[in-house]
Amino acid sequence: MVAWLMLIAWGLVSAFLCLYKGLNQTNMNHYFAFGLWIVFDLSLIALGAGAFFTGFLAHIIGNVFIYPFAENLKAVVNAAVVIGFICYSGAIAMLGIDIGQPLRGWFIFWHANVHSMLTEVSFCITVYLGVLTIEYLPLILSNRKLNKIPELNIFGDNLHHLVALFAAAGTFLSFFHQGSLGGMFGVLFGRPFAFRDGFLMWPWTFFLFILSSIAAGPSFTLLCVWITQKVTGKALVQKGVFILLAKISGWLLATYMIFKILDTIGWAYGVVPRAGLSFMDFYQGSYGVWLMIAEIGVFGIIPAVILITPQLRERNGLLVIGAVMNVTGIVFNRFVFSIQTLAIPVMPFDTFMSYMPTWQEWGIALGTIGYGILLFSLSYRYLPLFPQEAELNPVTIFGRVVKDFGVVKRG
Amino acid sequence: MLPFVFEWSWQWDAGRIVFMGLLYMVLGAISLGVLYAFVMTWLRLTGRDKLYKRLWLRFPFTLW
Repeated sequence: MVAWLMLIAWGLVSAFLCLYKGLNQTNMNHYFAFGLWIVFDLSLIALGAGAFFTGFLAHIIGNVFIYPFAENLKAVVNAAVVIGFICYSGAIAMLGIDIGQPLRGWFIFWHANVHSMLTEVSFCITVYLGVLTIEYLPLILSNRKLNKIPELNIFGDNLHHLVALFAAAGTFLSFFHQGSLGGMFGVLFGRPFAFRDGFLMWPWTFFLFILSSIAAGPSFTLLCVWITQKVTGKALVQKGVFILLAKISGWLLATYMIFKILDTIGWAYGVVPRAGLSFMDFYQGSYGVWLMIAEIGVFGIIPAVILITPQLRERNGLLVIGAVMNVTGIVFNRFVFSIQTLAIPVMPFDTFMSYMPTWQEWGIALGTIGYGILLFSLSYRYLPLFPQEAELNPVTIFGRVVKDFGVVKRG
Repeated sequence: MLPFVFEWSWQWDAGRIVFMGLLYMVLGAISLGVLYAFVMTWLRLTGRDKLYKRLWLRFPFTLW
């Protein structure tokens, strides 16, 4: 607890310095307009995709098409919503510092440039945070004390009843902002490392970012639930739920890997020669070809094989290793697109640049992690995050086995 | 963002209409959802159970 509070304090001090003294507190410059914060932002948003995708599968596919796995996913959908809320609120808080002048942050909404991918991202992540708040609210209102107030209890029920509507809105918004985050790089015509051909107005990175986020999101949810199980020493969901999440994540990752490899080959034989460059021009200094091997080979193909092979994913250790590698691969991907794209020289007189964040940048990024762990812990402590918990951890009171602790379960 | 902001007076292009149209559609759906929850709560709390049951949405979206 103290460690997380210290991280938050470090983040607050750093935020104060950045807001008071300006972005000169960071190592961002005219070369690196995107730094550590954007890597964290993109990673958090990709990992938070577990919220919309789990909600989509549980409430839309499950309710409308009555697919058998919906019940299993409902065991983790509350946790996924909290994780999504943490990821998006943390990312937006970090962006508030990153834009340099938060007092003018509303300009992007009021004077919207509708032809900009970033405008789409700004609108969608802000509105989606609203949707996540609405999805989080019935959970907060399920708290034992709050639930005793009839007005709040009934309102929580009514809001939860419409969860499919909010899940659909969340899916729509997430689909476009995850895609536009990728599209933002794919349209950089002057940066051949990121530039891609595509379909209509959408470069291939648009679709790859969506696919990679829905592949990594369920793995991240799986990891958070697994860590919570280890910390609390309790079984929170049935083993089958973990395996289902791993299976979904694995097949999506395998599909993503196929398209990612095809995209890389297409880029190497299409965009690169058209720009008058060679493949190795993009991999120099500390940003060597090892990054591509790590992203696609080690943290892409290997976890995909682990997670799609039933004999491997059914072993606890390998299941967790596969999920960790999947999540790491996505972070690598977002790092490569944000930082390596900017490190590569674009003018004849430029050299390969490198970037190292300052302690203030680390402070804000790690402060977000502290905030996330604290909010998740509080949510676990006071809210019914895991509907299967009571059933999986029966207690004996006066010789009677009790499987229901009086936890509120909404439909 | 809104039709009376000065950019709209000279930019009535398809991109703006599609982008803003979709945005307002989603915002509308979310707002209506929250409003519905408020109205249903009020109906329940004030004892209008008959109307409450009549307005209770069944998925996939059937009113009656």
